[in-house]
Amino acid sequence: MAEIIQEEKHEGGKRKPKKHSTHIDMTPMVDLMCLLITFFMLTTAFSKPKIMEITMPEKVDNPNKENQTKVQDWRTYSILLSGDDKVYYYKGLADPKKPPLPLLIKTDYSKDGIRKFLLQKNKTVFKEVEALKNKVIKGELVMADSTLNRKIKEIKKSDKGSPIILIKADEKAKYKNIVDIIDEMAICNIAGYAVVDISPVELDMLKTAPK
Amino acid sequence: MPKIKLPTKSPHIDMTPMVDLFSLLLTFFMLTTSFRPQEAAQIDSPNSISEKQAPDKNIITVDITKDSKIFFDMNRNGKTFDRTGKEVADTAAHYRKQLLQKMSEHYKVTFSPKELDKFDKGAGFGMPFKDIKKWLNSSDPKEKEALQTGIPTDTTDNQLALWIRFARLSNPNAEVVIKGDGNADYKTVKKIIDVMQDNKVNKFNLITNLQKQEAKLDE
Repeated sequence: MAEIIQEEKHEGGKRKPKKHSTHIDMTPMVDLMCLLITFFMLTTAFSKPKIMEITMPEKVDNPNKENQTKVQDWRTYSILLSGDDKVYYYKGLADPKKPPLPLLIKTDYSKDGIRKFLLQKNKTVFKEVEALKNKVIKGELVMADSTLNRKIKEIKKSDKGSPIILIKADEKAKYKNIVDIIDEMAICNIAGYAVVDISPVELDMLKTAPK
Repeated sequence: MPKIKLPTKSPHIDMTPMVDLFSLLLTFFMLTTSFRPQEAAQIDSPNSISEKQAPDKNIITVDITKDSKIFFDMNRNGKTFDRTGKEVADTAAHYRKQLLQKMSEHYKVTFSPKELDKFDKGAGFGMPFKDIKKWLNSSDPKEKEALQTGIPTDTTDNQLALWIRFARLSNPNAEVVIKGDGNADYKTVKKIIDVMQDNKVNKFNLITNLQKQEAKLDE
């Protein structure tokens, strides 16, 4: 009380309502917000991981000749993967009973390597699929993604001359290599491909392959 | 001598715009956030053009690290957080708990209910079965990490095959996701795929990073 009276005297008897500043000290709030933002920014996972689907050929318990899927030699190509990012391919089948063995051709994972080869072999299907995709992008054709995917599948299925690729990796190959090759299949719109075990003949062929 | 009077400036800055911005950002992050799943090991996935989203529920995950260690993970529920109808039964399933119970029956090792609960809530793991108990009861993160030596897959003691078989028995509808490091050996991946195929899994989801690629046909 004493203080107020004193103050009043100082001001010359006039009573002034005490002024409160409209400013609130926001520093603690800002601190907290900074902290929370940092926390959320660091823990958040923006991009969900993507997946690549792969279906392996079913294992046959007793491999009879009748059970196995027959592939036509002339459209079959085998891609052999080895360590140090080496890739080879050959045409047809390597059957030790029917010499001569096919010749291994060395290539690489670059754009001008395996992709060029695959595109050459898969020309007709690739062109058709690209034409369809372009039409959709330009707006000439309007369809849902699922319809487009189905149409692409139909194109891939209807073609009887597209290559059948057998992917075989030896023990030295890396996981990255196999993913890259399966990815090339998707890029080149190749319908028929499978990841299969490498045979002893092919292992021998790899040994004598050009370095 | 006349004194020069400097105008006294208030040291306060108007923080309102800053606070506005901050609250906006905070709200954004709080609403969009989906927490990064706890990872058992550092894995650098290879790139691909696939744009398909990875499933995040009802999955069995097998991780392969750079040095070809194998980790195993499984969702405990098909769907969580749903309290109506069918989903409740699914939530009550506790697949992870079932999995550990089946494993313990096989190895004749008993786990206390507390250990089972801990396993049910836990994340991916990669260690021989004999170390599971130690891992569950350890509270020291460093010790836990030291225990993660990978699941053995030798022909004499193929524990991965057991984990996968019992995981398939607990939840036959779970999808299989393989998350491998780009530099892992294909040999290890092949081994896992073989084990999976023995358990009648023929469809695999390989986790990859998206990287666009162009392909042109030159005439």
